Amino acid sequence: MSARAGEEQGSPLGEKGPSPLSPSGSELRSPLGEERAWKPSSPGAGDGEPLVQVRGLVKHFPITRGIVFQRKVGAVRAVDGVSFEVQRGETLGIVGEAGCGKSTTARLIVRLLDATAGEVRFDGQDITRLKWARLKAVRREMHMIFQDPYSSLNPRKTIGSIIGEPFAIHGLEQGKGERKRAVQALMETVGLNREHYNRYPHEFSGGQRQRIGVARALALKPKLLIADEPVSALDVSIQAQVLNLLRDMQRRFGLTLVFIAHDLSVVRHMCDRVAVMYLGKIVEIGPGDALYDFPRHPYTGALLSAVPVADPSACKRERALLSGDVPSPANPPQACRFHTRCPKAQGLCSAQEPLLEDKGTGTRAACHFPLTREEVAQIGVRSAR
Amino acid sequence: MSASEPLLRVEDLRVEFRTEDGVVHAVDGISYQVQRGRTLGIVGESGSGKTVASLATLGLTRSQGAEISGRILFEGRDLVTLSEQELRRIRGNEIAMVFQDPLSSLHPLYRVGAQLIEAVRAHRGVSKAKARERAVELLGLVGIPDPTRRVEDYPHEFSGGMRQRAMIAMALANDPRLLIADEPTTALDVTVQAQILALLERLQRELEMAIVIITHDLGVVAEMADDIAVMYAGRIVETASAELVFSAPEHPYTWGLLKSIPTLLGPREENLVPIPGTPPSLIHPPSGCHFHPRCPYAQPDHARIDPQLEPVPGEPTHHVACLLEPDVRRRLWVELRAGRMPEEALAEAGLGGAPS
Repeated sequence: MSARAGEEQGSPLGEKGPSPLSPSGSELRSPLGEERAWKPSSPGAGDGEPLVQVRGLVKHFPITRGIVFQRKVGAVRAVDGVSFEVQRGETLGIVGEAGCGKSTTARLIVRLLDATAGEVRFDGQDITRLKWARLKAVRREMHMIFQDPYSSLNPRKTIGSIIGEPFAIHGLEQGKGERKRAVQALMETVGLNREHYNRYPHEFSGGQRQRIGVARALALKPKLLIADEPVSALDVSIQAQVLNLLRDMQRRFGLTLVFIAHDLSVVRHMCDRVAVMYLGKIVEIGPGDALYDFPRHPYTGALLSAVPVADPSACKRERALLSGDVPSPANPPQACRFHTRCPKAQGLCSAQEPLLEDKGTGTRAACHFPLTREEVAQIGVRSAR
Repeated sequence: MSASEPLLRVEDLRVEFRTEDGVVHAVDGISYQVQRGRTLGIVGESGSGKTVASLATLGLTRSQGAEISGRILFEGRDLVTLSEQELRRIRGNEIAMVFQDPLSSLHPLYRVGAQLIEAVRAHRGVSKAKARERAVELLGLVGIPDPTRRVEDYPHEFSGGMRQRAMIAMALANDPRLLIADEPTTALDVTVQAQILALLERLQRELEMAIVIITHDLGVVAEMADDIAVMYAGRIVETASAELVFSAPEHPYTWGLLKSIPTLLGPREENLVPIPGTPPSLIHPPSGCHFHPRCPYAQPDHARIDPQLEPVPGEPTHHVACLLEPDVRRRLWVELRAGRMPEEALAEAGLGGAPS
């Protein structure tokens, strides 16, 4: 406890003052190896080819009854036919409310879950059916950062061994001194004090733990980082530290980032392109600027309209309030899944599923009756033009 | 401030907990007022004392061995001096509270209706049938569809948003004059959050309640609050009308909060300016101004002098506890608002480089 209190005030972790991330190339280069592996274009892959291609991805979790003889009585359609691409070096944001399938999608991309159908191509290779040994090689190239910095770090391990674990798993940096040097270099890269190598997770604050998670994710020089709600457990003032760190790391190492969050402001700040999910489907996807400026899907509009804005003078506006709650993904509505809550729904919406199509304003939306300019202005979606 | 006596007036409230590690100064001498029918937003990060301050108002920290001093005047009565029995008559009756997590605040084994009936009958000697009618009416009031049927449901049959509505219904059971809502929407999705905030606004208009809303979300206070108190390390560091806090904030911590959140407006490429360091320990809070170790503008003597909450010159309703000179603060905020980093703002405001 006392060690912690000292840290908080004296801040020896270097979070105060000029950015601890000021590039110090030499340190970084030697233990982490050559920087070429960080570059977005890797040997063997065409430069124009997206790093991740997701085609018709489906994940159904069975609902079973019975204890000994488990019968399948239904399925939670967590992800139900999702297709998108992630270009090299870009940040793709996935937003949506609880239960929309955004975290499941993330886990499918790194194959922490096995897909029910569809494919995930990483660097041109379909990884959904890879055998374990081949998959392990691919896993070096992608890493995940989790939401909860408290439960995603093993409390019985020191920070050194947590960050060094990827090396151990893949048999890298075998020498003891070698690994320690590599880990300490990583710690400095993310703004942690290298002296804290032997400390345990409980001695760190939430923001520092998230830095540990980032260091661990960077250990193997991945091409792809998937951050699943990386800041939603953090305090406002700490959130910005971690967001800046992620951005910094991405620019420095040319990382491709999939950023999953429910906070639309954070996603706008971080992402080049944004996908909006609702009940296991992507309802709208496109460049962040276009999507925030002129949302076409009524759900995107409702989400944007619902975000409280930290500006009392901008508050006197009509909010587009959605009625009711998100329906159960075990029994989603027919055709357009949003039609039960959609203010613009008509007969067609419950009869025919809309396809994700280019709506001529930069984004692709799955909607028969997309929002117009007037409607967008009416529900009080205003962004910087 | 209006001439009439405020509904709630808190004066120099202190709440301390004795623990093995030392005395936790959770609330360290705060004063604020809530006028009838108005909304006060208390903003702060976790551990700033905002929740403890409101629990203390209802005497809910007593059982944890908290030591409370100061005065909490509710309609002239000092709640600190009341006995547990007297407090119980006020709690859930004249002052009600809504908590963050609706699932753990509702009893899982009792029907929602039964819990509502209990809340009604705790303060009113009405028959069960009458109380049940009131329960149905309350569920309808908070916008739960088909309340006559849903009153029979168990909490697990409600969605997150509906549970929070049920909690609000329970809080409203006896027409409280003051509703304390502690992070009422933090556990909810944005679209449901918007519903709950709209509901609170409507109920406030219809029932003429005063609301104290406690949150870490600046967006939520901006939408809800008439007045705002910013808390840091157990103290109120700034208090003013919502307009002033957002348009002309005076405290460096408030600046830090405003500059560290990404917004839906504003240029996207603008870098966030995090507040360096982490919130301090409440057992050994920093000397002098509690914020000085994290404050980019702190001067050497700020570690010694305790700032008092004082009116801003020219703005009698705007109070701030900061040792910087008012005109320095004003110059700094102009620079910060223009997108300068704290160090640049210091230089531009003519204060030279950052003091060590």
